[in-house]
Amino acid sequence: MPMPDDYLKYPARHYGMDHDRYEWSDLFKREPIVWPNGAKIALSIVTHVQHFPLDMPSKPFKAPGALSMPYPDFRYYTNRDYGNRVGIFRVLRLLSEKGLRTSFAINGIIAQRYPAVLKAVVAGGHEVIAHGLDMGKVHHSGLEPEAEDQIVSEALALLRKESGQSVEGWLSPGRAQGFNTPDILAQNGVRFCLDWANDDLPYRMSTANGELLAMPMAYETDDRVVADEYFQSEADWVQQVKDRFDVLYRETADYGGRVMSLPLHSWVSGMPYRVEYLREALDYMLSHDGVWAAPVGEIAAAFVGQDSSAA
Amino acid sequence: MADGATQMKSDLGLYDYLPWPGRPKITWPGGKRIAVWIAPNIEFYEYNPPNNPTRTPWARPNPDVLQYSHRDYGNRAGWQRMMAAMDRAGFRGSVSLNVALCDHHPEIIRACADRDWEFFSHGIYNTRYVYNMTMEQEREIIRDAFDTVRKHTGQTLAGWLSPALSNNFWTMDLLAEAGIQYTCDMFHDDQPMPVKVKSGRLISMPYSLEMNDVIVYNTQKVTPRHYGEIIKRQFDQLYKEGNESGTVMCIPLHPYLVGQPHRIDAFAEAIDYIAGHEGVWQTTGREIAAAYHASGAYDAMTAAMEYHKANGGQI
Repeated sequence: MPMPDDYLKYPARHYGMDHDRYEWSDLFKREPIVWPNGAKIALSIVTHVQHFPLDMPSKPFKAPGALSMPYPDFRYYTNRDYGNRVGIFRVLRLLSEKGLRTSFAINGIIAQRYPAVLKAVVAGGHEVIAHGLDMGKVHHSGLEPEAEDQIVSEALALLRKESGQSVEGWLSPGRAQGFNTPDILAQNGVRFCLDWANDDLPYRMSTANGELLAMPMAYETDDRVVADEYFQSEADWVQQVKDRFDVLYRETADYGGRVMSLPLHSWVSGMPYRVEYLREALDYMLSHDGVWAAPVGEIAAAFVGQDSSAA
Repeated sequence: MADGATQMKSDLGLYDYLPWPGRPKITWPGGKRIAVWIAPNIEFYEYNPPNNPTRTPWARPNPDVLQYSHRDYGNRAGWQRMMAAMDRAGFRGSVSLNVALCDHHPEIIRACADRDWEFFSHGIYNTRYVYNMTMEQEREIIRDAFDTVRKHTGQTLAGWLSPALSNNFWTMDLLAEAGIQYTCDMFHDDQPMPVKVKSGRLISMPYSLEMNDVIVYNTQKVTPRHYGEIIKRQFDQLYKEGNESGTVMCIPLHPYLVGQPHRIDAFAEAIDYIAGHEGVWQTTGREIAAAYHASGAYDAMTAAMEYHKANGGQI
């Protein structure tokens, strides 16, 4: 069958983006940002803490890291769970040794299943970010708004109750959203979101329920992506993290503050053979002047405090 | 739909065979050994594109915000880093352009035009494919591309890379009929080669899969430093062979990939390395096509292929 003539019509072909979530903006033409105490780089470390249900659905798609062996998948169910029992505590200990306060993106169900994880994260001075309800509950446009709102509100309620924090940050499982997701997040008191991989600075998104801040999070230097999608070595991961940092750091001389994001997974970087590579990456970045490591929410607040593009 | 749309063939039938040794010699302007051109794919992927039964634009249901935003990184941040690296090494780009980007981001088009970069067409959007189109629909895409590029840049299109490399058997005929001079969709040679079309003169311009950052990073999944190494090695060999007859090396890019902070320096170092050699013609697709014709290479290669076939070369 030939394509209908509508296939050659382009209703959103006009200036700017083809949706109304945010405006186009050139990273190199913005008002320079200065982080607290004149810092050049805001170092945003976000550790994913995830629960992959044994019976997670495969439709409409699986979040990355999903169980992939025939049911019941002992192999990956337990390997992912390793992160919650062992790996996260290795990462927490390293962060503590470095005196770093960071963010942990945690599936809501973890608060119910493993309250010890929430206690340790909070005791370490870290920020809790909601990472959806569990890795089997991906957000997509096939979800009814009520059903999606139920997932969001349940995840937030579990994490807010167990952590005692206001929990205003969001990272969707698989960084997947439907058309309504930003509206639903804002409705539930979410102030910033890490799903969109298009910038090295925060920017403002519009929703039906007010503003949502998009916070940068690297996609291709994520520890899981490098290890499990690119099959590259730990040394190659560290090299790319350093190279990424170097360029962002260099750009601050001419363009103002940048965000260096370091996405981690408790079941990846928390492995015994990997955690010292994480130390090497952290040591390298922290050896530079003007590096401010902070929870994402504090970076967001510092940005909002001086950004002139507010509506 | 025209005849033959879905008919299976065992051979594209678009070019004749010609072995690498013994070809007519290609001489580039100024006696340069190698023509090096860089082709940034400046693309716009749609947030909510319609489906094509042959290929679904996004792996996840619309909106696939992770992949969409990953591509959008190129138009917010990556293109500036890529352009700065090319400026430093003295390379103009030959932009493989989703022409709708002229409407969405005229600022990027202006920055390229100010540097005298060439624009060639990469379709309307990278989320619209020519699969299942009629010939007339495909002609409409070509007209749109010519009109849009002329309106926004004053340039007349010379080159074409099909959106997402989607093609029909008749596509090359339609491109040649519309006045396109070179196609980037075929990877069978390291020299420009005539394409067998019904009218006009169409050249297959060496582009490259292996030097293309989207293949390197999204398919082969190599590290940025390895990408820098293979660019240099590819250059070294073609530079050496260019001493005998002019060669072409293309580096196809995507700002959302090469323009990432952890990747830009390895690329910049590699193109500085190329620019540091004597006898390198840093050029554009349009200029290579013009030199190919002006030097008589098109006619000489056509004659050589006919001679090869007439003298026992079989296909």
